[in-house]
Amino acid sequence: MNANVKIEPAVVASPAADAGPSRLSRLGTRLPQTLLQDLLPPLVILLLLGLLWEMLCSGAGASLPPPSQVLSETWELIIDPFYDNGGNDVGLAWQLLASLQRVAVGYLLAVAAGVALGVLIGQSNWAMRGLDPLFQVLRTVPPLAWLPLSLAGFQDSHPSAIFVIFITAIWPIIINTSVGIRNIPQDYRNVAQVLQLNAWEYFRTIMLPAAAPYIFTGLRIGVGLSWLAIIAAEMLIGGVGIGFFIWDAWNASRISDIILALVYIGIVGFCLDRLVAFVGQRITRGIPAA
Amino acid sequence: MSYLSVEQLDMSFTRGKVASQVLKGINLRIDQGEFISIIGHSGCGKSTVLNIIAGLLEPSLGVVILDGKEVKGPGPDRGMVFQNHSLLPWLTVFENVEVAVNKVFKGSMGRRERREWVEHNLKLVNMGHALNKYPQEISGGMKQRVGIARALAMKPKVLLLDEPFGALDALTRAHLQDEVMRIQKDLGNTMMMITHDVDEAVLLSDRIVMMTNGPSATIGEILTVDLPRPRDRIALADDAEYNRCRRAVLSFLHDRHRLH
Repeated sequence: MNANVKIEPAVVASPAADAGPSRLSRLGTRLPQTLLQDLLPPLVILLLLGLLWEMLCSGAGASLPPPSQVLSETWELIIDPFYDNGGNDVGLAWQLLASLQRVAVGYLLAVAAGVALGVLIGQSNWAMRGLDPLFQVLRTVPPLAWLPLSLAGFQDSHPSAIFVIFITAIWPIIINTSVGIRNIPQDYRNVAQVLQLNAWEYFRTIMLPAAAPYIFTGLRIGVGLSWLAIIAAEMLIGGVGIGFFIWDAWNASRISDIILALVYIGIVGFCLDRLVAFVGQRITRGIPAA
Repeated sequence: MSYLSVEQLDMSFTRGKVASQVLKGINLRIDQGEFISIIGHSGCGKSTVLNIIAGLLEPSLGVVILDGKEVKGPGPDRGMVFQNHSLLPWLTVFENVEVAVNKVFKGSMGRRERREWVEHNLKLVNMGHALNKYPQEISGGMKQRVGIARALAMKPKVLLLDEPFGALDALTRAHLQDEVMRIQKDLGNTMMMITHDVDEAVLLSDRIVMMTNGPSATIGEILTVDLPRPRDRIALADDAEYNRCRRAVLSFLHDRHRLH
């Protein structure tokens, strides 16, 4: 029990995850204080920045609208995110969902291929020497530079967008997975040898869990990058999607719509990052990388 | 024919063009149920000997024969207890032992029987109360107990212990030494332990293998500890034979084979 108490601060990531019988009661008394400590500073800053923006853009010759004008001009979009007038004229929720759907497909493909390739170059020195230089060069190619090539290859905008996401997200996943595999401590390999685990048993009971913290670091970077890439790609390929919504708004000079879209993109990107981090936290149970 | 025999073991490592001989001409015969300690200064190759017996390293020359069969690669007939316990942190105490039991006895034991065998071995090392804890939730001594249970659960012909108590505090270490003696008395295991603790070696061993310093380390002397079991550490403090053995090991390590 002693040891249990001793290591608690290291294992517990957030104060809310604190274990113990009195958790609820403590939370009850602590909640107002936590709210005050964690929420007040960002709200104050937000308010101050909003005021500054309002002041700077309220003048006669301002090129950007002040927040009050953004709010009034986009109010219909905010209160009705699910309207559907056909074609591209749909609510912001549909636009975001269309983008998220593309990200989901491209990202999941990147996860599957990235982890597999990462395992390969983590395990095999030959594959490492052969593939690593190639990866190091390819990973520096900006996502949008792939778009014309993929449009030429797929002859269709939808798979091209998904390919751009795939190719953007895959590099950090490959690299982090392979580093995780290479860093599996010799102790664990010895245990596997003494037990004579076969390849599948080794993969399942030792390799994946030991590399999981690294893999999830890669997955988290990857999801952020794919959200960056999709917005840019959609601006070029058109159709329903938050990226093209921005481009469309720009062509129609609806600056307020662009600002609203930026806020939504930021919030969704933040949520994606937290979602992957949360899944990683649950799967690795907060065990730090070895 | 002895139960475990190490014949004419040589070990060299090559790094680039430089070859260094670590072990030279190691010969050792161990009977079934014997407790052997290998003691020597650090860097003398004690762990290399153990790793060769475990099959984790291949000797440059010589063979290891266990129960009439030549050792080729690692296997569950040689249970290994690692210095830093080597428990898998993503598995519970129970699951850490279960991995070993499932691997070794999948064909010969039913699901329920395997479950009971895991629990039995954890109870044997007094860890029956912590089956569902994770390694990071238990103390260093407890982790080492689980490591011992995992090795024992494979029903090994010989249990190899690589400085098993080196990382523990003195009180925990003494406690675990007593446990190991009790387990060996109950199960009659053949055990081979690497240590650099003279008291530990004398207390636990039937014979103490003392190694000379490297490079080209070899067995300098083998001391038979003729003390009746069960041994009690307090009574032994004034025992003439115990102190003679202690002095013999100390003089070997610090007079004749001092580390320069």
